[in-house]
Amino acid sequence: MKNPPFNYHRPATLTEALDLLAAHGDDAKVLAGGQSLLPVMALRLGRPDHVVDIAAIDELKHIATASGALSLGAMVRHAQAETSPMVAEHAPVVAAALPHVGHRAIRNRGTVVGSIAHADAAAEMPAVCLTLGATLHLASATGTREIAAADFFLGFFTTAALPEELVTSVTFPPWSATSGGAVVEISRRHGDYAMCGLACAIDVADGVIESAALSFFGVASTPIRVAEAEAIVVGQRPSPALFAQAAEVVADVLSPDSDIHATANHRRQIAAVLTRRGLAQSADQIGIPV
Amino acid sequence: MNLPSIRAAIGETISVTTTINGASRRFDVEPRRSLADVIRDEAGLTGTHLGCEHGVCGACTVLLDGEPVRSCLMLAVQADGTEITTIEGLANADGSLHPIQQGMYDAMSFQCAFCSPGFLMSAVALLRDNPNPSTNEIREELSGNLCRCTGYQSIVEGVETAVRIMGAQQ
Repeated sequence: MKNPPFNYHRPATLTEALDLLAAHGDDAKVLAGGQSLLPVMALRLGRPDHVVDIAAIDELKHIATASGALSLGAMVRHAQAETSPMVAEHAPVVAAALPHVGHRAIRNRGTVVGSIAHADAAAEMPAVCLTLGATLHLASATGTREIAAADFFLGFFTTAALPEELVTSVTFPPWSATSGGAVVEISRRHGDYAMCGLACAIDVADGVIESAALSFFGVASTPIRVAEAEAIVVGQRPSPALFAQAAEVVADVLSPDSDIHATANHRRQIAAVLTRRGLAQSADQIGIPV
Repeated sequence: MNLPSIRAAIGETISVTTTINGASRRFDVEPRRSLADVIRDEAGLTGTHLGCEHGVCGACTVLLDGEPVRSCLMLAVQADGTEITTIEGLANADGSLHPIQQGMYDAMSFQCAFCSPGFLMSAVALLRDNPNPSTNEIREELSGNLCRCTGYQSIVEGVETAVRIMGAQQ
């Protein structure tokens, strides 16, 4: 459908953008790449009075590192991150997720931070943020604040960001040589939303898993970590038996919904398979073939 | 980029300048209008097709500064200052076909052909970046385009035929 009418703003500076959000609050929506917002408007799932296009704001376009942590500004498009050597080096799990995000034409326009702020529970980036312990940086006309990914996703398309706030960037903590991670998913068609997906990472010292993060997407109203399965593998040496044990726990703990794409039971089985696959790929990445 | 701040209330228009298939064009458009609508209705280039108008079917794919994008998922005002190539920009001035057009013609990659402009524009970008893709790479790159007639086999064969044509030209 054609887009409904709206008041359009393209501020040149962040300050102006934040003033617009302060003035219009819930009646305004931020337009970055538009690959989520424009379908939402076309389908009349949302009809904002004001659209604030942040594409002209130069300070939102950075890909940068500080003390090993990678920061992506709100206007960094998926395709830019996908081809960035800095992202590949400092956040390989982000790089692993990017080819799964939509189709190429979508990645050429859509932004990483936009995908996080949109908070689709079936999308890759929110789960990656959860697994890596990313920090979201928010700004409003009255100040700035940081929110940990674990506190950011509240429900279907719902985050802790207030209507007058803009997510200006995301920071991923330093990645270590003793870390391995993977993003694995099963979808009906490459580039479609996954029936179930997993973003995982492990840290290994002296052959023993020191920490693990398993975040599943497409199985709940937000991306979710399965602490019970993480606890199974921590303190143990990577092995097929160990990962199979974790997979069983995942299938027990998750309670996904059934829909047109997959039944709940099917999703649980996929989650178990992905657990084994993702953990094996993670271990392999740090030179421990499983 | 450092563009000046722009604002348009409902009903107001914004001046947008783009280069379409090599020719500079200026339009006064309401911000709500998609790039696809402006390409079709203002520029008169109706080869860009609109199937779903919410980013699923890929029929409206055009090249924006050389990269494939869905023109239904862009506002025309977002295209200000960009260079756009549509299906009309593929053939040479003398009317001879672009290798990807010739390849798909030879392989009969069309039935109703509604989806073809989108497939062609996606394939142009694919072959530019990867002149010798595997069948799987072709399928993956074209996965964002839907065809309801062919079953895709002939479309993949069309791209493979184009690869051979381009190889023979070198």
